[in-house]
Amino acid sequence: MTDFNVEESSDSFVVELEDFSGPLDLLLHLIRQQEIDIADIPIAVIARQFLAAIGKMGLDQAADYLEMAALLLRIKVQMLLPRSIGSEEWEDPRAELVRRLLEYEQVKEVAYWMAGRAEYRSDRFSRGWIPPEPEPGPSPVSIDIQGVLQAIEEVIASIPEPIIHRVLARPLDIEGARKRIEEMIVTRSRFSFADVLGERPAIVDVLSALLALLEMARVGTVRLVQEKPFSAFEISGETAY
Amino acid sequence: MHLKFPVKRLTRLIEAALFSADGPLKVSELARLDREATTEEIKASLTELKEHYEAPQHGVELLEVGEGYQLLTLSEFAAAIVHAQIVTRPRKLSTAAMETLAIIAYKQPVERSEVEEIRGVVSEGVLRSLQERGLIEPVGRGEGLGRPLQYGTTQAFLELLGLRDAKELPRLEELSVALSVPVESLQR
Repeated sequence: MTDFNVEESSDSFVVELEDFSGPLDLLLHLIRQQEIDIADIPIAVIARQFLAAIGKMGLDQAADYLEMAALLLRIKVQMLLPRSIGSEEWEDPRAELVRRLLEYEQVKEVAYWMAGRAEYRSDRFSRGWIPPEPEPGPSPVSIDIQGVLQAIEEVIASIPEPIIHRVLARPLDIEGARKRIEEMIVTRSRFSFADVLGERPAIVDVLSALLALLEMARVGTVRLVQEKPFSAFEISGETAY
Repeated sequence: MHLKFPVKRLTRLIEAALFSADGPLKVSELARLDREATTEEIKASLTELKEHYEAPQHGVELLEVGEGYQLLTLSEFAAAIVHAQIVTRPRKLSTAAMETLAIIAYKQPVERSEVEEIRGVVSEGVLRSLQERGLIEPVGRGEGLGRPLQYGTTQAFLELLGLRDAKELPRLEELSVALSVPVESLQR
C-alpha cells in the first residue's frame, strides 16, 4: 500500500490516495498514523475524520464504508449516553470495534508476511515447470464382468450364420503329367514349363506338372535350368548330355 | 568454496537428483538414492553442495524450502530472466487477495460471510479470483442457511509462498499484534 497522509487542520484534513482494502483498513490507518491508543479511541474525532476521508476519496457511496461510518456514529452516540458513575455493569460500546480492528490488524500482518514470502519465492525460479500428467477423466461406461459377458454374448449372437463351403478334393494327376513330359523329352531337346502346361491349364494341371517335374528332376530324368530368380525355366531331358 | 576433489559419489548423486526433481526433496527422499548412506552423510553432502553453490560462480543456489532442498536461481537474475521472457512470473496478488488468503489459511474451513465479517468488505469477487488461480477451493458446506460453501487453501497456495505445509505460517501468538487488549484498559 502506498503511503497516505492525513493532515489535521482545524476541522478538515487532506487525504491522498484511495488504496485501502476496506473500511477497517482506513480506520486502522487513521488510528495508527495518529498513534491513538486503540483501547481508548476518541470516537468522535475518528468518526469525523473517517467521514471526511471517505468523502474526499469518493467512497461515500460505497456500502462497506457507509456501514462503518454509521457504526462509528452509533458508537459515538452510545458514548454520550449518561451512565451511572462507578457502575461496573457498563460495557464499552467500542469494545467490539476494537476487537475487530485488532483481528483485522492481525490479518494484515499475516498478509504482509505472506506477501513477503511470495515475493521471495517468485524471485527464485526452479527448473522448468513440468506439467503434471492430466488426470484421466471418468470412464464413459462403467460395467462389471457380468456386463462384459453379456456384451460378448450379444456380439456373438449378432454374427450371421457362417456360410460353409463344401471343398471337393480334385486328385492331382502326377503320373499323367510325368508321361506327357517324358513324351516331350523324346521329341524336343528343350522346352518350357508353359509348353508342358499347354493352353488354359487348370490349377490341378499346373500343380500336377510342377510336382512331376520336381520329382523327375530329383531322380535325374530331367534337368531344370532357371537363369535368374522368377524367370521362366527351361526343361531338358538328362539324355541331352 | 570449491568442492574438494575427488567429489564423493554421494554428493554428485544428490546434485543430480536435485537437478532432476521438479520440487524440493526431503532428506528422507534423498536417502532412497543410496541405501547405504546415512542421514548424516546425506546432510554432509547437502552442506557441501550448499557451500559449493554459495561461491560466486553459479547462477543457482541450493535452498531449503520448507523441509526440503531445491536448486533455485539467484534472485538477482530474476528480472533479467523475466525480461527475456524465459520465465513468466506469476501475477502478484493484491492486498485484498492476500488478506483474504490469510483469513482462509488460518480459519479454514471458512465461509464467505466469515471472511467478509473480518475484512469488513464484500469479498465475493476476491474469492472467485483466488479460486480461479487455484489458491483456494471449496472444501465443504456449512451448517447455516443455504448451506454456504466453505473454503480452504490448496497445494498451489503453499507453493506460492514456498511453504512445505501450513504449519510454517507464523503462529498467531508470534504476531506483534495481540488480539485482545487488556480488559481493564477498556473498562476505564
